[in-house]
Parts: sequence; C-alpha cells; structure tokens
Amino acid sequence: MSQDLIQTAANRHDFALIANWIQPNSKVLDLGCGDGSLLAFLRDKLAVKGYGVDKDDANLLACISHGISVIQADLEAGLAGFDSLSFDYVILSQTLQAMVNTEGVLREMLRVGKQGIITFPNFGYWRHRIQLMAGHMPVSDNLPHQWYNTPNLHLCTIDDFESLCAKMNIRITDRIVINEGDTVTFMPNLLGSLAIYRFEQAAWPVTY
Amino acid sequence: MQDSSSVGLVAPKTAHFSQALTLKSGEVLPAFELVYETYGELDAQKSNAVLICHALSGNHHAAGKHSEDDKHPGWWDNLIGPGKPLDTNKFFVIALNNLGGCHGSTGPASINPASGKPWGSSFPVVTVEDWVASQALLLDQLGIDTLAAVVGGSLGGMQAMQWTLDFPDRVRHALVIASAPNLTAQNVAFNEVARQAIMTDPEFYEGDYYEHNTVPRRGLRIARMLGHITYLSDDAMGAKFGRKLRDGSLKYNFEVEFEMESYLRYQGDKFATAFDANSYLRMTKVLDYFDPAYQHHGDLSQALSKAKAKFLVVSFTSDWRFSPARSREIVKALLDNELSVSYAEVTAAHGHDAFLMPDPHYHAILRAYLANIQTGAGA
Repeated sequence: MSQDLIQTAANRHDFALIANWIQPNSKVLDLGCGDGSLLAFLRDKLAVKGYGVDKDDANLLACISHGISVIQADLEAGLAGFDSLSFDYVILSQTLQAMVNTEGVLREMLRVGKQGIITFPNFGYWRHRIQLMAGHMPVSDNLPHQWYNTPNLHLCTIDDFESLCAKMNIRITDRIVINEGDTVTFMPNLLGSLAIYRFEQAAWPVTY
Repeated sequence: MQDSSSVGLVAPKTAHFSQALTLKSGEVLPAFELVYETYGELDAQKSNAVLICHALSGNHHAAGKHSEDDKHPGWWDNLIGPGKPLDTNKFFVIALNNLGGCHGSTGPASINPASGKPWGSSFPVVTVEDWVASQALLLDQLGIDTLAAVVGGSLGGMQAMQWTLDFPDRVRHALVIASAPNLTAQNVAFNEVARQAIMTDPEFYEGDYYEHNTVPRRGLRIARMLGHITYLSDDAMGAKFGRKLRDGSLKYNFEVEFEMESYLRYQGDKFATAFDANSYLRMTKVLDYFDPAYQHHGDLSQALSKAKAKFLVVSFTSDWRFSPARSREIVKALLDNELSVSYAEVTAAHGHDAFLMPDPHYHAILRAYLANIQTGAGA
C-alpha cells in the first residue's frame, strides 16, 4: 500500500473492524470509495476482489493511481450497472448521511450484495448533544464540517438507523459502536461516536 | 527547437506478409503489407509493447513528425511521447495503418497482383476481427508475444476489445476509449448516408474510379462533412461557431455565409484530397459489423467471458455518437465476468472528438492507469 493510503488507513478505526467481518478472497463493492484506501486495505489484508464506486473526478483518479478498480457513477442514480447478488459485501463507509435517497441506497446495497456493511457518525453522541444544547450544530472528529459547508444531509442516531432497518425489513447481524478507537457497549447511542453495522435482507434465505 | 516531450522525427516501416489471410467474409487476401511506426524501445523482456489502434480515418502516424517542416505531428501526439501519459520512456508503442486503409497498408488502391490493376471494388470488406488478426501477425513479425496494453478510441476501442477476445493471453491491459459494444441503429444510419454520398457520386464508377483517373471527391467530401457534424457536440459547435457570419452580413445566395459552413467545407475538402473513398466505405463497414455479442444471442457478458485482460473504459459526457451509456454496457459486461475494470466518465464539451483532445483530467486518468502497468522483469 502506498504511504498516503497507509496514513488514511491508520486514521480510520473502522477499517480493521470492517475487515473482521469480511471473508478472505470474497467480492466487495465499496460505495463512495473515496481514494480507495479501504479497498486497498482489504485487498492487502484479505485478498478481496474489490471494486469502488465514486462520482468525484479527484477520487476516481486517486483510485486509479492506487491500482484500485473503480467505476465512476452517482450512487443516487442506483446501481443499475451491477447485477443482483453479484457481490458478497456492499460497503457504504461514512457516506449514508450524505445521500439524498437514503432508503433507495440501502435497498440497492442489499439487491447487489448478499450483505451490507455500513458506517456512519452517531449524531446522538454526547458531545454532539452538548453542542446542540449549547445552541450550535455539532462539529467533531466524525462530523468535521460546519453546518454551511457539510456534505451531510441525513444525519441520524444509532436508534434512528435501527428503526429504519426494522421498517425496511433489514436484519442487523452485527453492530460495533466505537469512540476514539475503543468499543462502546454501555449506552452506545450516547457514548459512541461511530457506528458500524453488518446487515442483510431479512426476507431472503441466507445461509452463512 | 526540439520539443523534449515529442518522439521527434519518425519514419514509417512496412511489414510484408506472404501468407494468405482468410477474412471473416470468407475472402482470401493472398498476401499483404502493413505500414507502421514505433516509438520508444522494446525492453529486453519484450514486456513493454503497447499497440495503438486507429479510428475511422486514422493511420499509422500517431506521434512525432516525418520531417522538421511538417505542420502537424501525428494524430495522437498529445498522448504519446517521452513524459507524456503514454510515456515512450517506459513503453514501446506500435501504431499501424489497418488493412483496407489508404496510407500505405494494403487496401483498395493497392495493386492486386492477380490483375496488375488496383483492387478497387474487388477489395474485400474487412472487419475488426480481420484487423486484429493482421495486427497479431505484425506482432509475430516484431517478435512480440504479449502486449502490455492495447489502446484505442472509438473504432480503435472496438479493436482493443476484440484483442482481449481473440488473443486473451496476448494482451494484459485494454484501454477502451469513447467506444461501444456495437453501433446503434442511428450510427449505422449515419454510415449509410456517408456511403450513399460516395457511391452515388458519378465519379465513383462502382468503386473502380482509379481506372478512370478520377476520384469521387464530392461524395467523400459530403461523407466527411456529415461525420464532422456527429463528432462534435451541439454545444461545442455553438461555442466554436455559433451563428457567426464569415463576412459579417447575409448575402442572400448560396455562397459560404456562416462560419459553420466554412469549417465543414474546409474539413470536407481537406479530407477528400487525403483519403481514399473505397477505404472510407470499408472503414464504415468495419464499424457497422462490429458486434461481439451477436454470436451470443446479444449477451455481451457471455461474449466478453473469453477476456482475461484488465480494462480501463473511458467515455465523455457530451459524446452522443458513442455515448457514456454504451461504455457502461461494456463495463457491466466486464463486471459480470469479474474482470478488473475501471471506468471514467469524463466531463467534456467536445463530443466524440474529445478522445483526441488533451483534456487534463482525461490525460491524468490515462497517465495514472498506464503508470501502474508493470513492465520489465516483474511483468
């Protein structure tokens, strides 16, 4: 892995946790893959067959520079270019909150992938709540933008996300909540800053 | 002054093939020649060869100049050269004129050894498959077993795809740019109008105009004018010409009035003196016939299942002749086969012609992809 990607991987506590849920040599689609650092991490660690999807020119170029297979596409338009159940895992890492069509993206993830893996910043994190109580939009390590320049549209708490999954008949198979790299098990919706989920479509018979 | 990013002065070479080549049509070419140019040096492992496939009206002169006085360098000179995206310090680049062309390779204007006269109308209709077969013979003659990459735009991209199907073990990477898995009905229609323009020219003589010491110049000119309209986007044309008048006012006659007309006539005239109408007819047929999915009941994924190469597919947003949607069909079929593929949809205003322009992002993508191709002992 190139030096800049190693740096990114070191800063992303969720990468190693995501890797724990992924079988070696499996097929992975990373939606909103950025510079390809997660895919490079998974490729080097688990020899996955990985593809990224991103709409941004600079990200596309970064992925190609890093030898990552990447498809330039807008996730909001769906994943028409990908066959149903053609991937073992579809990952959406810290991107859900920036999507317009939240439910559509989740549905497409579970059409194309046998399992979905998602990470998002927990808006219910206590530091966020304090900032709101103090009268300001939260800014933190996981929500680094100001309200006026944030790409985020649909922020949610851990409880909110799980309610949506229940509504969409999505079965959550694993959940890890972390704060500054440490796992949070006590009052995660208050004390966790980043949530990581693995899930699948409940209606489908899945043999794992 | 010598430009350090140019391959400099180049000279075409001619490869002779004495073996008969059976074409897809069933016709047999008893022997043939291909004219080609090379840039850079073949490495000791013969691992760094890149084949450039030209589009409809292209030729073997892709980079550099033939003489210091040349006004223009080769047609893809902005891409190929020392330090350029296709870096000739790293790669050994081969560009050829395809069979049926009119720039030195055996084509309709060549002498048919059986008759001692130009082939003319009797020159066979060739296909992308025939071109790839002849290109492979050229590589054999150059002692190159495997290509590091095959690169082509438009019709050139179709050849790059065909390479991965016909010689899956001889090509490591395919760069398929502004291309399509086959022509749409609209594209076939444009080609048919171009052919009709040529074939209905009184100087055409059923394709045997050489014997009458004439050329169907008017027909070829109209064919090229039509082509030019379709290679540009409406926006690009509007930006470049708009409704500008050449002399500032309307003349109320049929002389050249709009700048657009002037440009088209200039391009048509230039082309009609430089290209052979019989070659143009055949090039359009090569385009029309390309359809790897045809033998697989239209299933492109099945058709591409033979491929082993890694792919870079590039399209341009304003290209309406080979639209991004067509490139996405290729990408989908490659994904279905779990092949390595990256796809860039470049925002560009120039229409189909964008693949020949030095757009910085487009060239950065090609540069990054090509830089990662292994050559030498590790390849």
